[in-house]
Amino acid sequence: MSADREKQDTFDLIRKKRIDLKQGFFLNLMRTMGFTGAFILLAILFFVAYNGIHILSWEFITQPPVDAMTKGGIFPVIIGTILLTFFCMLVVIPIGVTTAIFLAEYSKPGVLLKMVMMSIYTLAGVPSVVFGLFGLAVFVVAFNFGMSLLAGSLTLAITVLPYIISTSEESLKAVPYSFKEASLACGATKWQTIRKVIVPTAMPGILTGAILGTAKVAGETAPIMFTAAAFFTPGVPRSLLEPVMALPYHIYVLATAGTHIDETRPIQYGTALTLIVLVLGMNLLGIILRSRQRKKRSW
Amino acid sequence: MVEKNALFEIRNFSIHYGDFLAVKNVTVNIEAHKITAIIGPSGCGKSTLLRALNRMNDLIVTAWVEGEALFHEVNIYHKDADVIELRKRVGMVFQKPNPFPNSVYENVAYGPKIRGIKKKSQLDEIVENALVRADLWKEVKDKLNESGMSLSGGQMQRLCIARSLAQEPEVLLFDEPTSALDPISTANIENLLQELQKTVTIVIVTHNMQQAARISKYTSFMYLGELVEFGDTDTIFVNPRNKLTEEYITGRFG
Repeated sequence: MSADREKQDTFDLIRKKRIDLKQGFFLNLMRTMGFTGAFILLAILFFVAYNGIHILSWEFITQPPVDAMTKGGIFPVIIGTILLTFFCMLVVIPIGVTTAIFLAEYSKPGVLLKMVMMSIYTLAGVPSVVFGLFGLAVFVVAFNFGMSLLAGSLTLAITVLPYIISTSEESLKAVPYSFKEASLACGATKWQTIRKVIVPTAMPGILTGAILGTAKVAGETAPIMFTAAAFFTPGVPRSLLEPVMALPYHIYVLATAGTHIDETRPIQYGTALTLIVLVLGMNLLGIILRSRQRKKRSW
Repeated sequence: MVEKNALFEIRNFSIHYGDFLAVKNVTVNIEAHKITAIIGPSGCGKSTLLRALNRMNDLIVTAWVEGEALFHEVNIYHKDADVIELRKRVGMVFQKPNPFPNSVYENVAYGPKIRGIKKKSQLDEIVENALVRADLWKEVKDKLNESGMSLSGGQMQRLCIARSLAQEPEVLLFDEPTSALDPISTANIENLLQELQKTVTIVIVTHNMQQAARISKYTSFMYLGELVEFGDTDTIFVNPRNKLTEEYITGRFG
């Protein structure tokens, strides 16, 4: 009898092992697929860093380009990107957050809300070159801003608007209903409740969304290529109506439209590396802020 | 019940959520400076009735009412009724303690601040006074700047009571205020309510019949949206007139 029992156990064990093998195979397959994404990112980073790291220096980021951009640094290019994203955010945050407050707190289900929501979703799916052409037609030509920092910032603003609206709306909707109840039960008006309780509670989330949005905007090429970006400017812009150089467009220019493409190759990699560091840095900041606020949150 | 002492007079009052009739034709008076308890099984409409008293049901878009709810002889559902003033005078404490994610001080100062009181010394006085009345001052006086959410459950609930008291309300509505608390915190809150009724009229919804029996002067028993019985708590628990009430308080259903 005990021999029978043993036999039975062995049999079970073998079957189990086969299942484990099958499971293990698929687990490893999925693991491999998962790492593919990470591997691609690392490969790009390594490739750009390997080719660009030796040109990075204090001079590279603080000097303007010289000798038909084959020498010197990319100072005006960095400043251009910073200015474009700064003015873009200055415009888009008030519009986006106000829209989100309307959507999250005031809008009533109905045709109007459906239309607004659908427009925002569709806007998010529009290719960025279309925003570029729109900016060209409206800001550059119709408003007569010309190719300028102003036209570029406004175009970037509408490009990133749907993103800012949806992240802000999510943060506002994540504020517990009980906070709202508590405020109203204290005799606060709806507007006081929004201003004193809901928006401050949602603020870290809204800011995180804005930082991640900024990172997206900083790397966009198509929206600025017809509206703001210059092939070359001797220095930093002195007014909103002057064109600017910008990191993503500069990479494009050096790689395709320059007269000394081979000679500028190190500068191309250096510019790309600068852009990646800038964008990844901002993403990292956003992610750190988000995880810190999640840890702090006690509701 | 003495008519002229009635602070709230509810007359043929019904509350609907869309097509659903949640509270059916209720007529009841709520007397000043007493504790009135509303008991009944889940879904009987007791919270809905309570929330009608300071119009917190307005937050639910589908809710609508029939009949009259008079507060100081004024219909609070009149189209020109000032809901903000009503909620200032009729405060509410919820089932789950819900302090704002701010300091203890800011939580209590919230109401006075939105009403435009800016002077620090005046705010300090209001905050201290409210915390003393909520029996929390001794425990938090050294940590007024710490987060209200760092307190224990029972302390948080007393903080919420203090937040309401800072408005000097005439009435406080309690929606099952102790159902999320441990027995000791519950006893603290019950003692506090006994003390508070000297200055504030209290209406409390509770699942806990012993609690109603311990602290309230009047009890109303609701079942399926109807007010089945209303009367002196002593009478209701010892000598209920209605068979349903008797079955509920003796634990035969609920």
